[in-house]
Amino acid sequence: MAENILEMKNIVKQFPGVLANDHVTFTVEKGEVHTLLGENGAGKSTLMNILYGLYSPTSGEIWLHGEKVDIHSPRVAIEHGIGMVHQHFMLIPALTVIENVVLGMAQNKQILDLDKAADEIVALAKKYNMKVEPYQMVENLTVGEQQRLEILKALYRGADLLILDEPTAVLTPQEVDELFKMIRLLTSEGHTVIFISHKLNEVMTISNRITVLRGGKSCETVLKGNTDKHQLAKLMVGREIDLQRVEGLPDLGEIVLEMKKVECMSDKGVKALKGLSLEVRKGEILGIAGVDGNGQDEMLECISGLRKVTSGTITIAGTDSTNEHPRNILARGVAHIPADRHKRGMISQMSIKENLMLIDYYKEPFSKNHLLDWKVIEDASKRMVKAFNVKTPSIETMGGSLSGGNQQKMVLARELDRDPEFLIAAHPVRGLDIGATEYVRERLLEERKKGAGILLVSTELEEIMTLSDRIAVIYEGEIMGVVDVYDATVAELGLMMAGSRKVELDATTY
Amino acid sequence: MGGNDLEEKKSSGSKELLLKLGIPFVAVLAALLIGAGVIAFIGVDPWIAYKSLFMGSLSNVNSMAETLVKTTPLIFTALSYAFAARCGLVNLGAEGQLYAGAIFSTTLAIYLTGLPMIIHLPVAISAGFIGGGLWGLLAGWLKVRFGASEVITTIMLNYIAVHFLSFLVTGPMIEPPGNFPQTPQAQLSAILPKIVPGTRLHLGFIIALLAILFYYFFLWKTTTGYETRVVGLNPTAAEYAGINPTKNALLAMFIAGGFAGLAGTSEILGIQLRMFQAFSPGYGFDGIAVALLGGGTPVGILIAGILFGILRSGANMMQMLARVPIAIIYIIQAFVIIFVISSGYFTKAYNKRKLEKQAREGGTNNGNTDIDS
Repeated sequence: MAENILEMKNIVKQFPGVLANDHVTFTVEKGEVHTLLGENGAGKSTLMNILYGLYSPTSGEIWLHGEKVDIHSPRVAIEHGIGMVHQHFMLIPALTVIENVVLGMAQNKQILDLDKAADEIVALAKKYNMKVEPYQMVENLTVGEQQRLEILKALYRGADLLILDEPTAVLTPQEVDELFKMIRLLTSEGHTVIFISHKLNEVMTISNRITVLRGGKSCETVLKGNTDKHQLAKLMVGREIDLQRVEGLPDLGEIVLEMKKVECMSDKGVKALKGLSLEVRKGEILGIAGVDGNGQDEMLECISGLRKVTSGTITIAGTDSTNEHPRNILARGVAHIPADRHKRGMISQMSIKENLMLIDYYKEPFSKNHLLDWKVIEDASKRMVKAFNVKTPSIETMGGSLSGGNQQKMVLARELDRDPEFLIAAHPVRGLDIGATEYVRERLLEERKKGAGILLVSTELEEIMTLSDRIAVIYEGEIMGVVDVYDATVAELGLMMAGSRKVELDATTY
Repeated sequence: MGGNDLEEKKSSGSKELLLKLGIPFVAVLAALLIGAGVIAFIGVDPWIAYKSLFMGSLSNVNSMAETLVKTTPLIFTALSYAFAARCGLVNLGAEGQLYAGAIFSTTLAIYLTGLPMIIHLPVAISAGFIGGGLWGLLAGWLKVRFGASEVITTIMLNYIAVHFLSFLVTGPMIEPPGNFPQTPQAQLSAILPKIVPGTRLHLGFIIALLAILFYYFFLWKTTTGYETRVVGLNPTAAEYAGINPTKNALLAMFIAGGFAGLAGTSEILGIQLRMFQAFSPGYGFDGIAVALLGGGTPVGILIAGILFGILRSGANMMQMLARVPIAIIYIIQAFVIIFVISSGYFTKAYNKRKLEKQAREGGTNNGNTDIDS
């Protein structure tokens, strides 16, 4: 058995109000590729930032090569041979490759000897079958080249333990293959790699061992040979779910949302949706299951007019709404509980009443002839705050000073008060405590009963399975399949979340 | 527990309000103290210096009127900075917009003849607003169309406006026969009447007060003003609500420029009566200070404007009686701003302490803390 190069024991990291790491234990053997798997928010990045000295743990110990170490800054981490390649590269585009390599190195003298460093980096690159042009500007490099440069930079600093934080997120499939080749070469040379990801296919390809983090805790470390995508998916999203649905069959109405072969680009300029089709009927909840980052956000932005659809059509309540202005879409009886309430859903530095009028302020009775009617707005705000149980001293309180649960209730109040025919609910209970979660779920079911069509996006499979009537699984911008909740199993959903199509699964089962 | 919670929120709310009101007050006091130190250092009794400062600005009708004369352009330029800031824009171009407004209004005030005052004066004033507004709009357009930062473009446009005015008063608009680099005097029908007889206080001050009212009314009573504030505080939420951030940015820059244009207009049509080179002693930049000290609120801008007016109008008396150079006033002004700006550090420290306290007490205020997994 190989020696343990790294042991992180009982790591706890407490942020104000959030326990990001809860007694995490994580052990890495020399020369392996060890994947840290988990959903967004599971605590992977926090754990790695602790290892790299960016955060200090609230409690817990780090042992490197059998010795207890205190890593209080990245400089110390680098001295201990730890290198980290962040998801967002730490490169300066306006400088050359070699200038980026030597940047911040302790042994830099007053006068830099760039030529010597350039020779060294070219030699180092050769060793790993890479080509570098030391005097090229970094801004002229492709994303894949920049990533290789980041790895080289770490190696140049003497790293033997490399942390790669979601390295494949920005790469094309060909670049991923190249990266994997390089990782294998590195481990064969005795380096150790910690690979952070939530893409199961890649994880199964590259890892020797896999540690799954869930909700800030390490739940299991498995050998690749002893596991499969199915088990990993289950570990990631939680145990088999005990379904306790009290809701009966939906009372289906007409189609309220129809997406046909919709495509769009992500912010990074790659295709985020690849011919996605689905439909939602009035009176039902369609749950979108899937690992975060598979196109959910882009899909919702396309529907609400916030992102350009490059091909395909979106029809809302019988009207073509492809690339329509957001306000016109909202005016078609659409309500939207956004995924990130701080980014889109609310204005922290405005009062509750000013937050509650955000969508309908320009309409009567909130305003007439462009003049706001504060009396009406205040009365409506008081009514909403009461009806949705928002705990606040007054409607003049700043939105940002409410607790997370009450902020979400405020957003919910605004959106549901509009009596929507079609409701988009993205992660409606993320970050809420149990009480608020229950409350939000009840309100969603109530809307369903009233006949609204609801599109529910969540990465919590349990939530999807408790609330939805039908479940569509999204993977890399496509719908892998749609199942009725009563026919759905966690096993099947887990496989679809990892990229298997429902038709393929059906073919193998029967 | 619930009741306790509420109490706590309330008391921390009033603490925050106190902090908000206290900051400008403490800033001014501290700046005056440092000013006193400097005055003592040059060998003058600070008490006598400050006494003559306030005598020169507040002791009789004439000196008070003079204080308000100095206050008038500061209110306009402060509104200019504050309005753009409400929309999330940094307008450092009030000085240039002031000149642009002056060029527009003075041109009409000189060359339009034969109109009664009731028409001529409003036309000239509106032209001043539009002139400044267009100058501001240009910076807004550069930002929207090319992504050019308004911080840079507004500063650069200042130079263009200042020097274009120099060109006008030495060439095309020079007063015949051309002995002095200045324009002819504005028509009597386009001059802002005095509102206190025997002083220089003119109608421009009333217009400044109306501008403050407009600022308040527009931002807090109209749908467009609400949009402006939403865009300023959270542009992505504005998009989500169907508000067009581009349109609002352009409008905000136009109105902000318009306010500054009125500063130039009232200064020419109320005090100078003709244009000459560099007629503004930096009102555009002092306006930023006034807006910051006033916290961008209507009442705050009025009070801060008057305070700066007091410093400016009393400075001469201080120089004459106490032999303290006027430059002391600039030192005091600069310290006021440094203290107001660095107060952000103290509020941050206060908020951090509050958050830590919550965390220790196991608070569940997790919605406010964004942590990357």
